[in-house]
Amino acid sequence: MTDQAYNFAYLDEQTKRMIRRAILKGIAVPGYQVPFASREMPMPYGWGTGGVQVTAACLTPVDVLKVIDQGADDTTNAVSIRKFFQRTAGIAVTEATQEATIIQTRHRIPETSLTTGQILVYQVPIPEPLRFLEPRETETRKMHELEEYGLMHVKLYEDIARHGTIATSYDYPVKVEGRYVMDPSPIPKFDNPKLSDSPAIQLFGAGREQRIYALPPYTNVVSLDFDDHPFQPSKAPHDCDLCGAADSYLDEVITDDQGGRMFVCSDTDFCRSRRAAGHVGRLGSAAVEASE
Amino acid sequence: MYVAVKGGERAIDAAHAWLAEERRGDTAIAELSVAQIRAQLALAVNRVMAEGSLYDPDLAALAIKQARGDLIEAVFLIRAYRTTLPRFGASRPIDTAAMDLSRRISATFKDLPGGQILGPTFDYTHRLLDFALMAEGEAPMTPDRAAAPPESAPPEPAPHVTEMLNREGLIQTEAASDAVPPDLTREPMELPATRPLRLQALTRGDEGFVLSLAYSTQRGYGRTHAFVGELRIGAVAVEMDIPELGFAVQIGEVEVTECETVNQFIGSKTEPPQFTRGYGLVFGQTERKAISMSLVDRALRWKELGEDFVGVPAQDEEFVLMHADNVQATGFLEHIKLPHYVDFQSELELIRRLRAEALQLNEAAE
Repeated sequence: MTDQAYNFAYLDEQTKRMIRRAILKGIAVPGYQVPFASREMPMPYGWGTGGVQVTAACLTPVDVLKVIDQGADDTTNAVSIRKFFQRTAGIAVTEATQEATIIQTRHRIPETSLTTGQILVYQVPIPEPLRFLEPRETETRKMHELEEYGLMHVKLYEDIARHGTIATSYDYPVKVEGRYVMDPSPIPKFDNPKLSDSPAIQLFGAGREQRIYALPPYTNVVSLDFDDHPFQPSKAPHDCDLCGAADSYLDEVITDDQGGRMFVCSDTDFCRSRRAAGHVGRLGSAAVEASE
Repeated sequence: MYVAVKGGERAIDAAHAWLAEERRGDTAIAELSVAQIRAQLALAVNRVMAEGSLYDPDLAALAIKQARGDLIEAVFLIRAYRTTLPRFGASRPIDTAAMDLSRRISATFKDLPGGQILGPTFDYTHRLLDFALMAEGEAPMTPDRAAAPPESAPPEPAPHVTEMLNREGLIQTEAASDAVPPDLTREPMELPATRPLRLQALTRGDEGFVLSLAYSTQRGYGRTHAFVGELRIGAVAVEMDIPELGFAVQIGEVEVTECETVNQFIGSKTEPPQFTRGYGLVFGQTERKAISMSLVDRALRWKELGEDFVGVPAQDEEFVLMHADNVQATGFLEHIKLPHYVDFQSELELIRRLRAEALQLNEAAE
């Protein structure tokens, strides 16, 4: 059911062309933040307008779209964005990571490995990795130009001096192909290794801040660290209580007011397909879950 | 027992339905029409048009109705609509000297060509609640208009006050330019910004934000000693060159508020003593905003006038321009109510680990 009052995927073709140019430039210069004339979208800034514009510019009528927020397909904002594209583009949607040609995400990279031809679109709140060290855009652009990233290393060093470890657990800065320091969007640092050498195209859209950047397939992405304090991805030291996965990122769910809690995969599609394949966690029941 | 949240879609639909019901309110009370909002809440309509960057009183009134009177939400509705509109071209610059005035005051000259026109202003009203309005009586009549014969003579021309000062060279001349101004809504903001871009950002900026910045300059955070040289409100013709015709035709009329401040200036290394200007131009009768805008504009001009940057917010172009837009601000501010389970989870783990290490160290020390 496509809404005929709007162009395919909402944006007019000129705007899409402008966004595609920014995307192509971003792919040509991996990790570089390309300014683009972000439009007001029918959802508020902060709700993923950058990602939505990038997705709108990439969508074709044969695409299959998956939208996740916090790894889940059923969070309200993921539902809302998916519905938006169903309504304005009439495209097919899916929850299965392998079936999607475009995946728009907020705060996670799917657990299932991506493949050639897939596009992963990230929603980015603050695209500038140096922003909280230097609030001025005029300054940070200069720092990127001059490859002057000492400030970032000082920050990480100060973390170690104070806490004995780098106290950044999400939004963990990376260096792209040995050149640009890039903000991977607020994904947990657990997901950082998946950024590197991915067969998929990774596009990052920041609507309010009017920036697009990109990682072409098989781009080398390194999380910043020190030789004596190597980068360590981290997750809750548990297995998923529903599907038993030991290697997926977990959400902590409070189950009562007596300190009871359980841990479940944040990637709902990953968890569901594992349960469908017969994996059972500490609190899961294969039969009920699989029939869902 | 935890069950995966599957209610997202149904919850959204139900929330929308509830919102629609709340918007309508008590059905025993007559529904507010868009025409009523347009006619009777005109200043709200003006604000929405100004900050929405779209001159359309009907749509602005509709947006106010749909937004339940939340003006920033209404501005957002207008912005999201206007961004989908195609561009036919650009109008000629409007001629505010030829404005059909409904109000025109100068705080610097007691009388001046064209005269002072007080117009429909709250300025000298006593802010006493008018309980007669609550009784919903007949519309008040403007006494003069009721009695006076229809005007015959065309109004006396009312040239800009600053132009009169300029004849003596007392006020700095603005360099005329035919350069195509940048368009904030079609190109990303580039810093450092040009003055046309700054003025665009200010005129659509949040009224409260621009007001507070202007106020801060008055209280000493970048004082610019502003006088309201002139404040004028009225209708101006919008003309557009039609290539096929070879001349300009009037395509409409907009109401605007224009404010020019005259600022003290004792001179600098590069400029002789002379008055300087701040400029404000806003859709509709929006004089608080226009005055605020002209003060902030003047404060931002420190560099071109060779003044010192004293580090105050109103002088700081990047600070002002990057934070003036209320649609951007409200979106980013309110997005923190979206789920952040994943990030919070990683913070939880970090804090637990850091605490465990710290407690171990303490125990070892004891």
